[in-house]
Amino acid sequence: MNTPLLSVNQLVKRYGQTTVVNDLSFHINPGECLGVIGPNGAGKTTTLRMCLGLSEPDSGAIDYFGGQHMPQDALAIKAQLGVVAQMDTLDPDFTAEENLLVFGRYFGLPDASIRERIPKLLEFAALSHKAKAKPGELSGGMKRRLSLARALINQPRLLMLDEPTTGLDPQARHLMWERLQLLLQEGKSILLTTHFMDEAERLCSRLLVLDQGRKIAEGTPRDLIAQHLEAEVVEVFGQGAVALAQEASLKALAQRVEVSGETVFFYTHDSRSLLNALQAWPALRTLHRPSNLEDLFLKLTGRQIREEG
Amino acid sequence: MSQIQNNIWAAPRLSMRWWPVFQRNWLVWKKLAIPSLVGNIAEPLMWLVAFGYGLGSLVGQIELGGEKVPYILFLASGSICMSAMNAATFEALYSAFSRMHVQKTWDGIMNAPVRLDDVVLAEMLWAAFKALFTVTAILGVMLALGISHSPKLLVAWPVLLGVGITFSCMALIFNALAKGYDFFTYYFTLFLTPMMFLSGIFFPRDQLPPFVRVIADWLPLSAAVDLVRPLFMDRWPEHALRHGLVLVVCSVVSFWVALALTRKRFRS
Repeated sequence: MNTPLLSVNQLVKRYGQTTVVNDLSFHINPGECLGVIGPNGAGKTTTLRMCLGLSEPDSGAIDYFGGQHMPQDALAIKAQLGVVAQMDTLDPDFTAEENLLVFGRYFGLPDASIRERIPKLLEFAALSHKAKAKPGELSGGMKRRLSLARALINQPRLLMLDEPTTGLDPQARHLMWERLQLLLQEGKSILLTTHFMDEAERLCSRLLVLDQGRKIAEGTPRDLIAQHLEAEVVEVFGQGAVALAQEASLKALAQRVEVSGETVFFYTHDSRSLLNALQAWPALRTLHRPSNLEDLFLKLTGRQIREEG
Repeated sequence: MSQIQNNIWAAPRLSMRWWPVFQRNWLVWKKLAIPSLVGNIAEPLMWLVAFGYGLGSLVGQIELGGEKVPYILFLASGSICMSAMNAATFEALYSAFSRMHVQKTWDGIMNAPVRLDDVVLAEMLWAAFKALFTVTAILGVMLALGISHSPKLLVAWPVLLGVGITFSCMALIFNALAKGYDFFTYYFTLFLTPMMFLSGIFFPRDQLPPFVRVIADWLPLSAAVDLVRPLFMDRWPEHALRHGLVLVVCSVVSFWVALALTRKRFRS
């Protein structure tokens, strides 16, 4: 029953001297939403491209549905996948409806059965009123949802989404999340890459953290936080906040202290005494919150900017 | 096998999956067919009127294989090959490049079970179809003008489709190499324009200096003209096999090279 939909073993990809994916193994079980997170250049998109047969791995195995191999069985596998790429590839000359029709034909589906699915998919994407609109007349969020609807045209067993909400405003992002959650409730399985930790936390049943092509952590969001982080964070910012990082009396009350820019982060299992002590600096502002995936991400991958990706 | 071949020179792996891609281009084109038709046939007809009637009145008749023919017939039978060449070339360069590089349509298609080889085949056949369409419209006008009434025009028609195939295969090589639209100017100025003047469209090739003629005789556009022109005059072409072979070899070799370079472009 629990044969993984996708199972990746010891995947390696090099570009010249650079190893962009290094000995990566993971799998997706039916009904799961696996999130792949990591900074720019971590190898997320390269991994996805290899899983889609668009890029050849230097070594390693990619197996689907308990017996089909990428890239040998690429076409048979693709017939059962739904893909939303990072960049929209909608046809600008076609209406929303025609985009779905034309894409369905690439799967060899008969026009009649595609036309039957189109109204349902448009409704799912909250685009029924835009059936006759071309992508140029749609907002960013609508285009993404149309791309998602297009990826569902072949009733895929597994969805592969590369940063599905990058560039969307909060309303559009929330609507996208809602739709993805609906799909998960229907039992669909999803692999998604993302930069947004709240997205990962909300949607993913399991996470894979990549950095420099390697897997550096894997688990459910909650387990990962519990495993790597203190339960609470107190952020302190304002004039002179940075100096507090050296304050021995405060350091003793936190398990870990980090400075980023003008803000000091105190990670602690119990914040009460720390918050009391901080009252001695009334001019500084504090933010007390439970630790989250973003803290985990920054702890595991560092705070420095990765711009070369 | 993989959607993108690892060995770029591997034999083309073609299947009927090209059809929905061709259908896609057809559906886009249907929306724009009338304006595009006007653009496609207006220019060749201007050439025909300006040179055929204008220059033709000065040139009078041209001696061709022992027979005198009006210059307008000479020009029409050559320039229709040029129209096939241009129509196929424009489609396989500018339009295919837009789909491949600018709109990323090809990337979208390859997320479905369609191989790159089939996408390239679809683009090639589509550009050839566009050439056939243009040629058909021009033939219609030529018939209406009474330039030729040869029943052998029915044979010229599929030959012109072949000419479209040859030039769309060649153009796809440059499509695969292009970084931007500007690159295509080289192809036009370095290849197509010289070919246009050397292939016997505007004047017979025996006017060329002998050393130029050696090359000119083997150009694919010369082969096309030598096949099509006699059909306009209600005669069968001489050396049809040789000319046909030139077109076939050009097509097959160009398609293979274009495919290899496109695979290289998409391999990463």
